[in-house]
Amino acid sequence: VRGHLGTRVAQIIPTLLLVSVLVFCLQQLMPGDPALVMAGEERGDPQVLAQIRAELWLDRPLPVQYMHWMGNVLQGNLGYSWRIREPVTQLIAEKLPVTLQLSLMAFAIAVLIGVPTGVVAAVYRNRFLDYVANAVGLAGLSTPTFWLGIMLILLVSVDLGWLPPSGYVPLTEDWRQSLATTIMPAFVLGNAIAAILMRHTRSAMLTSLDQDYVRTARAKGLREFVVVIRHALRNALIPVVTLGALELGTLFSGAVLTEQVFSIPGFGKMIVDAVFNRDYPVVQGVVLVTAFLYVVLNLLADVLYVVINPRLRGA
Amino acid sequence: MRRLLLAAACVLATAAPSFAQTLHVALRQDLDVLDPTLATTTVGRIVFAGLCDKLFDIDEKLNIVPQLATGYEWADEKTLVIHLRPGVKFQNGEPVDADAVKYTLNRDLTMQGSFRKSEISSIDHMDVVDPMTVRIVLKSPSGAFLSQLTDRAGMPLPPKATEQEGKDFAAHPVCSGPFKFVERVPQDHVTLDKFAGYWDAKDVHFDKVIYQVFIDSSVRLANLKTGTTDIAEFIVPTDTAAVKADPKLRLAVFDALGNFGITNNLDNGPRAKTPYGENALVRQAFSEAIDREALVNVVYSGMYAPSVQPVSASSPFYDPSLKPPPRDVAKAKALLKQAGVTLPVKVDLLTPNQPDLLQEAEVIQSMATEAGFDVHIQAIEFASSLQASARGDYEGYLIGWSGRVDADGNSYAFLHSGQGNNVSRYANATVDKLLDDARYSTDLAKRKAEYFKVWAQIQQDLPVTYLYNPRNIMAMSVKLKGFRPVPDGMIRLQGLEMSK
Repeated sequence: VRGHLGTRVAQIIPTLLLVSVLVFCLQQLMPGDPALVMAGEERGDPQVLAQIRAELWLDRPLPVQYMHWMGNVLQGNLGYSWRIREPVTQLIAEKLPVTLQLSLMAFAIAVLIGVPTGVVAAVYRNRFLDYVANAVGLAGLSTPTFWLGIMLILLVSVDLGWLPPSGYVPLTEDWRQSLATTIMPAFVLGNAIAAILMRHTRSAMLTSLDQDYVRTARAKGLREFVVVIRHALRNALIPVVTLGALELGTLFSGAVLTEQVFSIPGFGKMIVDAVFNRDYPVVQGVVLVTAFLYVVLNLLADVLYVVINPRLRGA
Repeated sequence: MRRLLLAAACVLATAAPSFAQTLHVALRQDLDVLDPTLATTTVGRIVFAGLCDKLFDIDEKLNIVPQLATGYEWADEKTLVIHLRPGVKFQNGEPVDADAVKYTLNRDLTMQGSFRKSEISSIDHMDVVDPMTVRIVLKSPSGAFLSQLTDRAGMPLPPKATEQEGKDFAAHPVCSGPFKFVERVPQDHVTLDKFAGYWDAKDVHFDKVIYQVFIDSSVRLANLKTGTTDIAEFIVPTDTAAVKADPKLRLAVFDALGNFGITNNLDNGPRAKTPYGENALVRQAFSEAIDREALVNVVYSGMYAPSVQPVSASSPFYDPSLKPPPRDVAKAKALLKQAGVTLPVKVDLLTPNQPDLLQEAEVIQSMATEAGFDVHIQAIEFASSLQASARGDYEGYLIGWSGRVDADGNSYAFLHSGQGNNVSRYANATVDKLLDDARYSTDLAKRKAEYFKVWAQIQQDLPVTYLYNPRNIMAMSVKLKGFRPVPDGMIRLQGLEMSK
């Protein structure tokens, strides 16, 4: 197991290097001249444009730009945002906790909704409750995040006045306000994933419930609740955990839209702004850090398998 | 019972609103760097309106009025003498004096990355006459120079603090405005606190201002409706009906400074080699085919002003006799016939992919089709469209300009040959001369006459087919009093207060 983990850890470095080259090259393929965007309405002055290009190293060959950036990255310096002139590491340090809080809350909501409905749907297979759970799941999957977000703001904030319509208060500042500002976006974000989790839990449970050990457990006279939860669900959870780890990654990308709608100053909002403003150092920094988190999460999922499924321990 | 009442009264007394008031302002996008020398965004200017006073301001009628200056005179047509208001301090205690003004203008002229350089490049040198008087000598006479001092180039900075902060000035900006900088969370908000030492403190009625970014227009509106925002600097025209219907909100619609139109590729690379780019009659036909009034009514709920001029009706350089022509399809067809082109005339219309602009492009497309055009809409993201227009990869480009106080800022860079923003590559010697004469003159009547001639000439050549002048559309709580609708669209905090 240790050897396996060692290999996986060693794979992280070339993966990240590859990501860094890819994001650097992809950005160059993107149309739109950063100097024109940076110059704003001063873009008519060729002197201004030349000055910006020189200052940002845009007038040098691509490999030189990459090496310059990578050299700094290896020293822990992700560069300065071109647009707001703040260090990218500082921006990431400010935004990451916001998106992490939002993602974790969304994931908790997704698990709380998705897993129980999946179990209920499997237990009441092809009966009314199953159809209801499936319909809810399908609706969750097919509702666009931004639409649901705006509808919720109009209903919960504007009409009912229960929650603030948007904005963000850090947990450390006022945890009640923090929860009040993040619960709606977390629900929107968690909603789609709840649907995916529900459908996977349902099918894994259906397989589990047909297994011999479940029949044996029932034959032993165990209560149905214990059979479902302790015997069937535990085994059904393995594919669900894998999926969960992967979905936690998609939560980050889903946060892009949700943060935009709810004006939450997180990772997603930062990357959208950075792409539209051609703020390359921010885009590169955010993609690199996201890739790193994604790889680490997958590694964690591997470790979790072993914890949940003792049979993998010998492998 | 009495005790209970007393307790209740105590609770109510403590719960009564304190008079420490915060103004919440909604911005449509995040600002860039908080340094007047380096900044480029309009939303950034809105924050500067709270943070930094300027030498001069403009009023509702676009008159230049004193702010940190008490007055000025032209010693000769190249020498401007500015008298400063005595006793004014920066937020760090340094005095606002002639040295500070000279220091800041020098910084604007010499700092690497300065976006103010081109605005004040006509300065030859400056002298400090006495602590309250500064003399600015220009390289040539300039009718537009004074108006540059009503915006970021006219915001003096404290020399000591600015030098100390160096490149990090934007992280802790210090100015002389009614509010001082507290914090900024990028993509989220900027907080300012009342500056106790402000020279005009009696006009400042809030203790704190928070500028919050809401990119989505429906979310901006939702925040206004729930009262978490007191004023929004921009509301999309289609949201105005919702604002009008809400008794807690008030709409302020007033003239702005800019223009919107189709920039036409006349001579910028191979894509100009089309009947549309090469023949003015074809462009005239296109312009005749557009019903500007209907366009504005359909797409912008009638909020914008149909126009064929680069300046808005609020400007002294607006020619009231030059009205947008009514749509005339028969005339358009006749012009195409006169041009001798094969029908339909194909025109590619480039537009940034914003929903309102796409709709606008579609309306134009359907109007032009009736006159014998075949319009193809090419919608791409804003930054890419800018680049495409700069390198001539377009035929017609739907784009606007936020506008400047002086007509020079709305015309010279776009219509004079050889200018960077002249992506049409329009070159007309008569127009060049008129624009030069107007730029280097300080005689208002003469300048007016020259600009009127330019506006008339461009109706013939159509390097830009102007469609309308956008207006400022702001929404605010009905309790907010003292808002001044100045065409630059800034939110002046002086005089603004919340009635109880």
